[in-house]
Amino acid sequence: MNESWKKIEEGAIISHDLKKAPKTGDWSYMKPLVDKKLCIGCGSCFNYCPEAAIDFDVSRKADIDYHFCKGCGVCATVCPKKAIRMKRTSIGG
Amino acid sequence: MIIDKKKNIALTGSAAAAKALGQIEPEVMPVYPITPQTPIIETYAQMVSEGEVITEMIEVESEHSAMSACVGASAAGARAITASSSQGLLLMSEILPIAAGLRLPILMVVSSRAISAPINIHGDHQDVMALRDLGWIQIFCENVQEVYDTTILAMRLAEMVRLPVMVIMDGFTTSHCVENLEIIDDRLVSDFVGKCIPKKHLLDFADPKSFGPVALPNSYFEFKRSQLEAVSSVMSTFNFVAGEFKKISQRNYEPIETYQIDDAEKILVIAGSNSGTAKVAVDELRNEGLKAGVVKIRMFRPFPYLLLKQVLNNIENIAVMDRSLSFGSNPPLYSEVLNALFFADKQVKIIQSYVYGLGGREIFKEEIKSIFKKEWENSRVRFVGLK
Repeated sequence: MNESWKKIEEGAIISHDLKKAPKTGDWSYMKPLVDKKLCIGCGSCFNYCPEAAIDFDVSRKADIDYHFCKGCGVCATVCPKKAIRMKRTSIGG
Repeated sequence: MIIDKKKNIALTGSAAAAKALGQIEPEVMPVYPITPQTPIIETYAQMVSEGEVITEMIEVESEHSAMSACVGASAAGARAITASSSQGLLLMSEILPIAAGLRLPILMVVSSRAISAPINIHGDHQDVMALRDLGWIQIFCENVQEVYDTTILAMRLAEMVRLPVMVIMDGFTTSHCVENLEIIDDRLVSDFVGKCIPKKHLLDFADPKSFGPVALPNSYFEFKRSQLEAVSSVMSTFNFVAGEFKKISQRNYEPIETYQIDDAEKILVIAGSNSGTAKVAVDELRNEGLKAGVVKIRMFRPFPYLLLKQVLNNIENIAVMDRSLSFGSNPPLYSEVLNALFFADKQVKIIQSYVYGLGGREIFKEEIKSIFKKEWENSRVRFVGLK
């Protein structure tokens, strides 16, 4: 009798290999574009992003990780300088 | 040098729970008020503001958020505790199985209260009974001393078995009434509960973990079987923790407590504050010549089937008092007693179901005595104190 349940991860807490994770960014139909001249590095988009797909570059401007950005548009909505605009991508991409 | 300072003081159940929690000193306490548990978190908030304890108290927007915050904090590796009752507890119910499934040692103090509709803020067991299948350990307390002791015991139990625990006191009767209790020295309690050292947590950057993934039909069943296996170790771990607790308190805690059952001919099975009333009733009945006894259920989940079967195996006259209903089915505690005794040796048994005290309706010693004096039957449920 197969008893694989005995060896399964406790609490379904798994070690996560980011390299093997599916690129959920493929699911989006629009992408945020950051105008680095307008960006003041306030960090609002960084805090609000539900996917933690925004980071700061060396000059503390917002950088989007398009591998995992799902195109929700919250960053564009909260940006106080309107430095982010959502652009429709081609269908399926 | 052993610190053995004991203190006798008078506190309500809520204040005693807050005192125990203060000695445990959780890192995070997300709170939302609801009668009759509010004094617990109010007392604790005062302790925080006066600098007696260091805890991040988060006043959240609802009980659903309180439990969600507990799950997040506990997953991050902090000791997380909250308190609730009735509708608030039911609002949390969506998150409760998540806490159990993620194997998080969250402690929740519950002042058990009736559930709507109609609205009733007083004590009965309907709220906790409604949540008995969600994977939480549930322990009932008879009085203020038990609330204090069980809170401390439960923290250690939760962290050893890695399952969340509900410490249950009767709303108003225990939560708001003042009783004498003995407080254990701060250092003995903190040594007893120790530090919270999680095996896996969200802040482990060296070996990052994902909590709460999706499990498709090809793996979900195995995860649940694994969770069930953890529950089967709770009883023995509880006995171990109770043994350790006895060393610092000189008090015994077992999953069930028996009172005058040795030669008892009629035994009452009951949980909560009225088990104390029942013990007084039994003392008086014994003086009158009736061989009465009480079995108090402390641990309701996991239910101590084997222990109960051992204790009631040869008893022929049993009554079970429930302070809740299960609409469309038998009352919860009565149901469990039937389950326990299905495999008993002596099958010719009378097991009478009684339902009492819903919505905080009082039940007195004289009523319990007259329950014992009645002829018990295996037919329909009887309602005590119903008008």
